[in-house]
Amino acid sequence: MSASQNEGNSSEQSETTQKPAIVMPALGQTATEREQHASSTGLQRIRKSHPRSSRIPDAAFGMLILLTAISVFAIVVFVAWELFDKSRPSLHQFGLGFFYGHEWDPVNDQYGAMPFIYGTLVSSFLALLIAVPLSIGVAVYITEMCPVRLRAIISFLVELLAAIPSVIYGLWGIFVLAPLLRQYVEPVLARTLGWTGFFSGPMYGIGMLAAGIIMAIMVIPIIASITREVLTAVPQNQREAVLALGATRWEMIRMGVLRNARIGIVGGIILGLGRALGETMAVTMVIGNRPEVSKSLFAPGYTMASVLANEFTEATGDLYLSALVEIGLALFLVTLIVNALARLLVWTITGGTTGRARA
Amino acid sequence: MPKQPGDIDTLKLSLWRRLTDQLATWFAIGAAVLVVVPLLAIFVYLLIKGGGSVNFAFLTQTPKPPGEMGGGMANAIVGTGLILAVASVLGVPMGIGCGIYLAEYGRGRFGDLIRFTADVLNGVPSIVIGIAVYGLIVIRQKHFSAFSGGVALGIMMIPTIARATEEMLLMVPNIVREAALGLGIPKWRTTLSITLRTASAGVITGCMLAFARVAGETAPLLFTAFGNQFWNLKLNQPTAALSLQVFTYAISPYDDWHKQAWAGALILIVMIVAAVAAVRIATSRGTLKGVS
Repeated sequence: MSASQNEGNSSEQSETTQKPAIVMPALGQTATEREQHASSTGLQRIRKSHPRSSRIPDAAFGMLILLTAISVFAIVVFVAWELFDKSRPSLHQFGLGFFYGHEWDPVNDQYGAMPFIYGTLVSSFLALLIAVPLSIGVAVYITEMCPVRLRAIISFLVELLAAIPSVIYGLWGIFVLAPLLRQYVEPVLARTLGWTGFFSGPMYGIGMLAAGIIMAIMVIPIIASITREVLTAVPQNQREAVLALGATRWEMIRMGVLRNARIGIVGGIILGLGRALGETMAVTMVIGNRPEVSKSLFAPGYTMASVLANEFTEATGDLYLSALVEIGLALFLVTLIVNALARLLVWTITGGTTGRARA
Repeated sequence: MPKQPGDIDTLKLSLWRRLTDQLATWFAIGAAVLVVVPLLAIFVYLLIKGGGSVNFAFLTQTPKPPGEMGGGMANAIVGTGLILAVASVLGVPMGIGCGIYLAEYGRGRFGDLIRFTADVLNGVPSIVIGIAVYGLIVIRQKHFSAFSGGVALGIMMIPTIARATEEMLLMVPNIVREAALGLGIPKWRTTLSITLRTASAGVITGCMLAFARVAGETAPLLFTAFGNQFWNLKLNQPTAALSLQVFTYAISPYDDWHKQAWAGALILIVMIVAAVAAVRIATSRGTLKGVS
């Protein structure tokens, strides 16, 4: 309901702003929208009355601004090209086999990225498993339950979580979280859930589980802030309607709020996934950096971003470097797709102006 | 807000419905607590472990060779400043320019494309940007440099600043533009001196958020600024950075270095929080508030 409403509004707006001279303001538009429409044609009329001499600096300024906008586009194209160009030897040598080869052996120039892809996927999935319920819980608490005074404080704290640099999370992970996991959490998990095979083997503290938890803490602010925005965009009368039917508060949240906001929430989750996939420093510091595929979450792993961080400056030999850049290329393409998908989902809800990560 | 718990309690509800309602409430409260706890834990540890290790030597000396006690991160603090200066010189004008384009010119398909590209650039992993800048600058110059580190961080600042600037400019009422143009002021002057100035509080907030975001960034600096044990003030030489130094010291086997890593992390977070807080206070009085 709210989604379709918002969609309708945004498409109307973009129509009127694209060709203001032709399209008449629609009946359904609000007063402010009609005003905006009227004044944007007014602006053009005023500008036509300016003397011709002012048009040259105006055009120059317009070109300059256009140039900065184009350069943003150029940067993204350039990054893609640079990655593709530098990874060509590896692409040529290994082909698609690069992505399912298990061997990562710089000495014999054998490169397969499977352990890194596995590590990235598992740690990101684990992070989302922890972060999604918590983020939605926090967002629901802030928008629907929290006393007004606490609201600003909690939102501020959650956003502060996004301002902490990755390397500090890593530092905290090594010296606080990992010992905590090793001494208290992992023994309990091994005793109760050891039979599943996910929690077995030697307990180092450092490993896939630690990486997943640290990453979860880092993506919570992203998912939570977008979910909060989307929940706020749900019209108040939806809540009132469900409450008037005799629903409890939880039923109101489930039927009136979360159901209307689900597309936007999924968008937020995918955006969090994008962040998790590319997360480097904190993960490198706590995941153990061993290129192995292991079922147990206690075991050390390795991610695509961490192998870049650890080996890129030490890479000797063109093929080695090229294989690393190819991992970077894969990372770039995956995050590109993930982010594009997330933006599209969030845009359909909030109409394009909001819903970006503030981290 | 029509959601007083008292209202529903007066109705006769089935036990199940009351139970799920209670459970959901407690889950949401629990989630809020669980999210805030790590934040507090990180700050407490930073204050305890870092606070004990920050001293005069730490702030004024360069690192000692491995095994020797003492030394500090003065060169890294200055190096971070140097890199961030380069990043701001590149990122702030580009970001604001792009934001002006999006708000004042870019209404059509091309504007949407740029908007979308900026969002995509925002999501590109920082380490990937590091690799690209390595290919662009470091390989051509044949050595690591503060300049290349600044370029990498500057690129990362652009999308944040661009979208913040766009949002703020769109909040400026059209009447203001009409008034300026009606006085015969050319459009470029109107945009810079009237519209942008009206929105300046929000734009500055956006810039500071971008600044705070890249200030602690480590991954792209690994292969651009690289790190340095000694003083360096030249843009074309490898340079130490606070975040890099924290990383190197944290994964080292020496206890003394671990302590210094905590101290460095404390300095870093104080810089970032101070920047964000200062902007919050400075801009909280304006009519066009910042994005956060």
